[in-house]
Amino acid sequence: MSGARIWTLHLALLAALFAMQWVLSPYHATNLARIMVLALFASGYNLAFGYTGLLSLGHALYLAAGMYAGSLPAWHFGLSGGWVLLLGTAGGTAMAALTGLFALRTRGVAFMIVTLMFAQTGHLALLYFRRWTGGDEGFTLPAASRVILGADLSQTGARYMLAFLLFAAGMLLTLALVRSRLGRVMRALRENEERCRMLGYNPFVGKLAVLSLSGAYAGAAGASYALLFGYAGGSFATIQYSILPLLYTLTGGAGTVAGPLFGTGAIFYLSDLAADLTSAWAFVVGLALVVVILFAPQGLLGMVRTRFWRSLP
Amino acid sequence: MGLGPMLLLALMEGLVLAAVLALAASGLSLVFGVMRVVNVAHGAFFMLGAVAAYVVAAWLGGPRWAGFLAALAMAPLAVALLAMLADILILRRIAHAPEATIVATIGLMYMIEQGTLTLFGPDARAVAAPFDFRLQLPWFGYSGYKLFVVLAAVVLLLALWWLMARSKAGLVMRATQLDPDVARAFGINVDRVYSGVFAFGAALAAIAGVLIVPIQQAHYLMGASTLLLSFIVVIIGGLGSLPGTLLAALVIGLSDGIISMFWSPTLAKIIATLLVTLVLVFRPQGLFGASRA
Repeated sequence: MSGARIWTLHLALLAALFAMQWVLSPYHATNLARIMVLALFASGYNLAFGYTGLLSLGHALYLAAGMYAGSLPAWHFGLSGGWVLLLGTAGGTAMAALTGLFALRTRGVAFMIVTLMFAQTGHLALLYFRRWTGGDEGFTLPAASRVILGADLSQTGARYMLAFLLFAAGMLLTLALVRSRLGRVMRALRENEERCRMLGYNPFVGKLAVLSLSGAYAGAAGASYALLFGYAGGSFATIQYSILPLLYTLTGGAGTVAGPLFGTGAIFYLSDLAADLTSAWAFVVGLALVVVILFAPQGLLGMVRTRFWRSLP
Repeated sequence: MGLGPMLLLALMEGLVLAAVLALAASGLSLVFGVMRVVNVAHGAFFMLGAVAAYVVAAWLGGPRWAGFLAALAMAPLAVALLAMLADILILRRIAHAPEATIVATIGLMYMIEQGTLTLFGPDARAVAAPFDFRLQLPWFGYSGYKLFVVLAAVVLLLALWWLMARSKAGLVMRATQLDPDVARAFGINVDRVYSGVFAFGAALAAIAGVLIVPIQQAHYLMGASTLLLSFIVVIIGGLGSLPGTLLAALVIGLSDGIISMFWSPTLAKIIATLLVTLVLVFRPQGLFGASRA
């Protein structure tokens, strides 16, 4: 499939997503804004897990690092929205790079446990320093900080716009990256690390770069989540937020560019439906994990790829 | 209370934690050792054991010791059956692939916890200890039941050692651990061994849950901290090594008892988690485990 067609297809998807804001009711527009922020988080997770084979169970740490690196200065010193976003992205990147330096010395099951433990440490630290972080209850962002370039992010339209712009940037960056030479190295690292080493690549450096970029996505998602919905809290650092991007990515199709968006949307509305029927939404998440891993381990777009379109990136 | 008696109390509390942890972690370690998979639902099995103990004791009524004994027999059996079912229906179908198994057991954990919440409610439930004996020391009185827990754990772990080292079932498990293909060539039904080991590991967690429930209350989220501590113990002891697991449970239990008595428990947890992570990074075979490929 030619490069032009692939770009056209993904740009069309983004255009449709952009047009949705005039179609949807404010309730669903807010839902979709939330989905796009979470899908940005999942896209970053997909870079590490889907394309490079790094199954992390600690991405909540990078989400929370971005959220707190951005919103703590906003809370304490009244920093403006643009800075929140910048600091958040930098915070997520730095945290991923720092933990990656240690965690990437391990692989497989040990890597999962090490990332899980780092995230657990981060959550406990948030609780321990509750005087500055607000602990489990968290805090609401001051209204003055929730403004970017004059747009008030507590309004539905501006909220949708920022979520869309961030997600679009993340998705296009992913598309460019996985079609580049580095993207091939990432997939090669996933398939066979030893052969990459033999071919002269340094697996550690490659994986550290991907994990840091993945942390940047998570950090941007964390900071923008706080900006858009006005709240930062310790619950975003719990293991649940490490599991969710894994579930979103698996459902949508690990190693597909648009998969995280579809996976996040599907799981979001599935939990929403379940929450209407019963209070047992966690049961739905658990069941979805088991069903996906049993019957559709390639996910939605993964199935499209194996059945209809071999070269879908 | 002087420093000496306080230290003694901390050590005794630590010993109780170590006993429960050793049981729970040896189940996790056994499953990892034989099947090479990490069971994230292990904490949920522990919690199910505790909840089942409450249900059995409340349902039977009668004298407390009888209810407790019945729970000690029935709860692990029920949990083992559930685990075996999960292995046959889910894990066997994904061929016990390490990463898929982790994802599947995370799903299992969510389902068990939410199921328990729905059926059992969010309240913590207490079960009375089977007897009231209290050991009166010169400085403080101490619950005789806690000492019984330590004793019971020692007996059970000795039985486990005998099972693994001396019995036919242990031989089959060790053979499967060493090389599943060769074991299959010798006529061992490896799938059945895996189901049995998975169920047995869950039963060990459930026994720990039954033993802890008169001390802590039964609650649908109680599995999380046990899961994390069991991970820590298994890693420090060397993944898959039973003697290492026991030694590590002792170290972690005692140091947790002492640190939480004198410093903040949260800070203690932060430091312990970080240290363990660094152990796994720099000494993946564990502090006491022998190096292996």
